[in-house]
Amino acid sequence: MEIKPLTRVILGLVCLLVAIWLVAPTLVVVPMSFNENKSLAFPPQGFSWQWYQNFFTNPDWSSSFLNSLKVASVVAVLATVLGTLAAFGLDRMKAGPANLLRMLMLTPMVVPGVVLAIGIYAVYLDTHLVGTMLGFVLAHTVLALPFVLIAVSASLEVFDRRLETAAASLGAGALTAFRTVTLPLILPGMLSGLLFAFATSFDEIVVSLFITNPYLKTLPVQIFSSITRDADPTVAAVGTILLLATTILIGGGMLLLGQERKGRP
Amino acid sequence: MKPGQETKGAAIDLESISKAYGAFKALDGVSLRIEPGEFMTLLGPSGSGKTTTLNVVAGFTDLTSGKLLVGGKNVVGVPAHKRNIGVVFQHYALFPHMSVGRNVAYPLTLRGVGPAERKARVARALDMVKMGDFAHRYPSELSGGQQQRVALARAIVFDPPLLLMDEPLGALDKKLREWLQLEIKRIHRELGTTFVYVTHDQEEALVLSDRIAVFNRGRIEQVGTGRELYDEPATLFVGRFIGDSTVLRGEARSDGASTALTIAGETVTAPRRIAGEARPVMLLRPEKLAIRRPGQEAAGTTNRLPGTIAEAIYLGSGSKYEVRLADGSTAVVRSPLTSDSFGLGERVELCFDGADAKLLADDSSADATLT
Amino acid sequence: MSAREPTTPSTPKRAGWAWRPFALTLPALVLLAAVIGYPLLTIVLRSLSEPQWGAQNYVWFFGAPINLTVLGRTFTISAWVTIVCVICAYPYAYLMTAVGPRVRLVLVLCVLIPFWVSGVVRTLSWVILLQDSGVINSLLRAAGFDGIRLIRTQTGVVIGMAQVLLPFMILPLYSVMKGIDLRLMRAAQSLGAKPSRAFFTVYMPLSLPGVYAGAIIVFILALGFYITPALLGGPRSTMLSTLVQTQVLSLLQWGRGGAMGVVLLVTTFVLLALAAPVMRSRYREAGRS
Repeated sequence: MEIKPLTRVILGLVCLLVAIWLVAPTLVVVPMSFNENKSLAFPPQGFSWQWYQNFFTNPDWSSSFLNSLKVASVVAVLATVLGTLAAFGLDRMKAGPANLLRMLMLTPMVVPGVVLAIGIYAVYLDTHLVGTMLGFVLAHTVLALPFVLIAVSASLEVFDRRLETAAASLGAGALTAFRTVTLPLILPGMLSGLLFAFATSFDEIVVSLFITNPYLKTLPVQIFSSITRDADPTVAAVGTILLLATTILIGGGMLLLGQERKGRP
Repeated sequence: MKPGQETKGAAIDLESISKAYGAFKALDGVSLRIEPGEFMTLLGPSGSGKTTTLNVVAGFTDLTSGKLLVGGKNVVGVPAHKRNIGVVFQHYALFPHMSVGRNVAYPLTLRGVGPAERKARVARALDMVKMGDFAHRYPSELSGGQQQRVALARAIVFDPPLLLMDEPLGALDKKLREWLQLEIKRIHRELGTTFVYVTHDQEEALVLSDRIAVFNRGRIEQVGTGRELYDEPATLFVGRFIGDSTVLRGEARSDGASTALTIAGETVTAPRRIAGEARPVMLLRPEKLAIRRPGQEAAGTTNRLPGTIAEAIYLGSGSKYEVRLADGSTAVVRSPLTSDSFGLGERVELCFDGADAKLLADDSSADATLT
Repeated sequence: MSAREPTTPSTPKRAGWAWRPFALTLPALVLLAAVIGYPLLTIVLRSLSEPQWGAQNYVWFFGAPINLTVLGRTFTISAWVTIVCVICAYPYAYLMTAVGPRVRLVLVLCVLIPFWVSGVVRTLSWVILLQDSGVINSLLRAAGFDGIRLIRTQTGVVIGMAQVLLPFMILPLYSVMKGIDLRLMRAAQSLGAKPSRAFFTVYMPLSLPGVYAGAIIVFILALGFYITPALLGGPRSTMLSTLVQTQVLSLLQWGRGGAMGVVLLVTTFVLLALAAPVMRSRYREAGRS
């Protein structure tokens, strides 16, 4: 379809604005993190590393960061295992029950966060799980499960199941066939599920706000309370560090993927 | 749309049209006149420029240079939606969100035709393609052949003076294709509109067309009726593209009014010569060739070439043989059932009358484009 | 086919394997039941039983004007967010289908970059941008305009939420648009439609399933938003989620908070149920090339 030049220009401008709108909020924390004053007012004044120092030395920040890392790592593994098993189960089921169960397993994505949060909070109060590692892990795993399910299901959908039959005809037992044929082919799906699960847990805030206590905070909870309490630029420093870390991770991942693609026909 | 109506199609004049994409010339000085009401087929291999020509006429592609007249009016620079030309696409291009009826009504709605007349004309167009009972169906519920008939109805419902068809049957299987070819022929007769039909299938071109323009590498090689192209090909490319053929190449000698070719030590002659300096080759149609056992008498043939039977195919109405000649090339021969039959590997002689051989300028690119 | 031959080891076993797929999903289902099902059930029960059994909490909820105001506002804000998202996402997604692979990569990255930073940090960014001494107001003043109040207003909340939710609109829209056969536009033009007419009669109807899908996702997610309104909004832009939180954490009114939660939950699922048939509309697949 040919677009008229004028339409093209207007379209381009609108999209540029939208792109700025999308990206700018991500970057605005960077200059704020070097602010000399304890203020989030714009423009930032002077230059200092003190908020970065604060992040690494203040136990409130460093412990919440470590907590988040711990929880997210356990959640990533647990959600990937459970999600992959479930995705396999659904893949080998009849369409009817499979669709029903799939919808059920995706509900955590659509249940409003606060509703889920008060429910989990109520149950945790009764079972003394508030402010515990186990409590965080369980809640985050449920929230991460749909992402793993979607990622693994997607790679199972393109997986040609006759390959397993072929492996069997070549003398592989069911387990060997799974390990040598199926697993390597759906591994990318599992890995992206793992990544999503980690990110979901690391980023989760609503449920965390309810099941946290002063002794066990995750990073988002610490950030939230810092924002609501005072204008501490440490938050901006944390944001900048996270942005940098994700960029490096994703950039590296893309490079790796690119090279792997080149290696394959 | 009434049968027996006078011709109401538009004439089309292409005057040295060129279309370049960077250094690549998709069309290189194409000139063609299409008469009102004519069924003209643009025939050629893929990439030969036939579809580009169609897109230029439809207004989808701007031309780099040249003149384009439809119905005597210059349409260069006129956008596609103002040209009033019907187009049928290979991929049907039916709007999936509209029923068959609304698809066909679409061009009428755009032209502000009132509901009552719209309904009548849609019904007439659908009846013409025998899809009258499908007005309420959606395209996804139809087979490929049905979709293409609806697309045809949609392209003729607004009575365009010119209908362009871009390999409309390319995606259909052979049986359906043959039946729809006859349908298209009937509709052309009933409408009297000018049809321009693009295909790479020479049989389809022969079935449908009044005249055929053979495209090769952005140029028109020859324009003529199917018979003219088959019997009197102007170039080696045309001769090879239309119908089966055998090409004999050898050391050429022309003297007076005849040409002799020496192929692996054997000489054949034809009572003709070609103009210019080009190397002559002989082109022979399968039915002009005969096979004889060595030493057997052959009446009316002046030339003989030894060879062996490489392939024998029984066709029902006769037999088709491929004969490997001494220089390694292959000749295609069609012989009637009444003649002798030959076995694989049998040594034979290929006979033909020199007068039946077409003398054409050699063009090695003809082989390249065809394979 | 070798699969049909009796020597294939797995064939005879298959019948006895029917329970296995269910067994595989069991761990996930148990966890779901324990951490989603049971808590939600608890909330429903509490909304009906605290302080005593009955529908009192629902009567209270629908009887108090302030609750209805907040409920209405929740819908209004979600609707505005959805509208803003549709308006911004449509040209953006369209451009994504129309440009070359390099520009497309940049456009995709712009959509995905917001996901790279934590949601809380992103909301903080909006505080920095929108506050009275923030980026937008600094720029406005530098350009000689008066500053405008954005933080703790409904406008601020809508701007922030729409940015967070925009990717959920762009991605489904893009996936539908890239499946639209552009040759149909050519066909429409050959039938006499000028480009704008062809767009409105062919392209737009075909892209609507993507708009529906994106709009439903955005609207539902917006209904349950908590963090962004809490940080960017003020008392006059409170949404239902904040009210639920106040009832439960500050007032310890589990019954009332639960009732609100149930209203939010039911609304969400009703909307999903209403949207499902629209998204499965007849021409969704047929529009693809």
